[in-house]
Amino acid sequence: MPSLKDLKNRIESVKSTRKITKAMQMVAAAKLRRAQEAAEAGRPYAERFNTVLAGLAASVGGSDSAPRLLAGTGSDQVQLLVIMTSERGLCGGFNSSIVKLVRTRVSELRAAGKTVKILTVGKKGREQLRRDYADLFIGHVDLSEVKRLGYANAQDIARDVLARFDAGEFDVATIFYNRFQSVISQVPTAQQIIPAAFDQTGEAAAETTLFDYEPDEEAILADLLPRGVATQIFSALLENAASEQGARMSAMDNATRNAGEMIEKLTIQYNRSRQAVITNELIEIISGAEAL
Amino acid sequence: MADLMQFDLVSPERSLASLEVTQVQIPGADGDMTAMANHAPLITTLRPGLLTVSGPQGETKYVVTGGFAQIGAEGTTVLAERAVNAAEITEEVYHDMVRSAHAAHQQAHAANVGDAVDDAAKLLADMVAIGGHIGLTPPNL
Repeated sequence: MPSLKDLKNRIESVKSTRKITKAMQMVAAAKLRRAQEAAEAGRPYAERFNTVLAGLAASVGGSDSAPRLLAGTGSDQVQLLVIMTSERGLCGGFNSSIVKLVRTRVSELRAAGKTVKILTVGKKGREQLRRDYADLFIGHVDLSEVKRLGYANAQDIARDVLARFDAGEFDVATIFYNRFQSVISQVPTAQQIIPAAFDQTGEAAAETTLFDYEPDEEAILADLLPRGVATQIFSALLENAASEQGARMSAMDNATRNAGEMIEKLTIQYNRSRQAVITNELIEIISGAEAL
Repeated sequence: MADLMQFDLVSPERSLASLEVTQVQIPGADGDMTAMANHAPLITTLRPGLLTVSGPQGETKYVVTGGFAQIGAEGTTVLAERAVNAAEITEEVYHDMVRSAHAAHQQAHAANVGDAVDDAAKLLADMVAIGGHIGLTPPNL
């Protein structure tokens, strides 16, 4: 049985923890709003870009001269996984859910006899993956100094990935990130970026207008594909940032609620033991008086 | 009164403009062009330059770097990698743009891949030329 003093200290410390988690929740809520706005602002560009690219890819894709970024290297032996996680912790299952998806994917690929290489973006995922896959790491992008995600950040990552592709380091690249669905639900998603994959069903089919191209289609495609990689990485980064704040917000909300419950329980316990002490003292006094 | 068409200017980070205009002057990769309502459907890549939008609200200029423009029956959409309203551009921003083009040129020069050097040199020249149009002097490199 802890003493009254211990209980009191315990309650105080849980109270201050609750203050911290509450503050973190509010900060995350503010950041979430900004991240969501950024993600929404970036959506028109990505959508239009993909529509045009899909249309182009559909018309050029079949020919033999299609760029390697679209047609691929003709093999899928070496797989690059670009894994986006957060730079900071305390965001619930955010990082673990991506890491779990990555683990499944890596073991599938290994079972199929493929070579896997990993490029990490964000510190937390790297820490979790280091134990098992440290030998697969080929690089890391540090975004901890970045206050506000810009297109330039995505361009840097894209440049790195494209340089490795040109150097023949891998055949297929896939990005892993958390797609933002709502504050309480983020979906870990794997998306293939090289060779470029489009859902040929919807938008490409709807694209019936015949466009003139200046310069010719292939030159445009060669110019746009690398930008397409950057665009996809950028929207993944934005989604991921929004998801991170959403996950942190609900994690901190839970923590605040748990702290509240704990304080209630501790307070009850504290009052009971205080009452016990008082009763004890009274009994002692009364029995002392009776003995006389 | 000339016909109006829908015009959208979108950068990866946000949508900069969406309005009805009479004509848009686009710095295409193969030369400048002007798009008006009912232009034949066309897709072109951009070179760094000035995008001039004229409409009932007057004329607005934007400095754009690479990207592409899609001209269609329903209007014109410009997807620019980086776009800044020419009136808002400061010497600092412009110098930053020129410097990054310069750095890319140097890098291409060091790597010495024929086409890349030419492309980077052209990019740099385009960036420097923009300065003349908006009344800013390029930085000393």
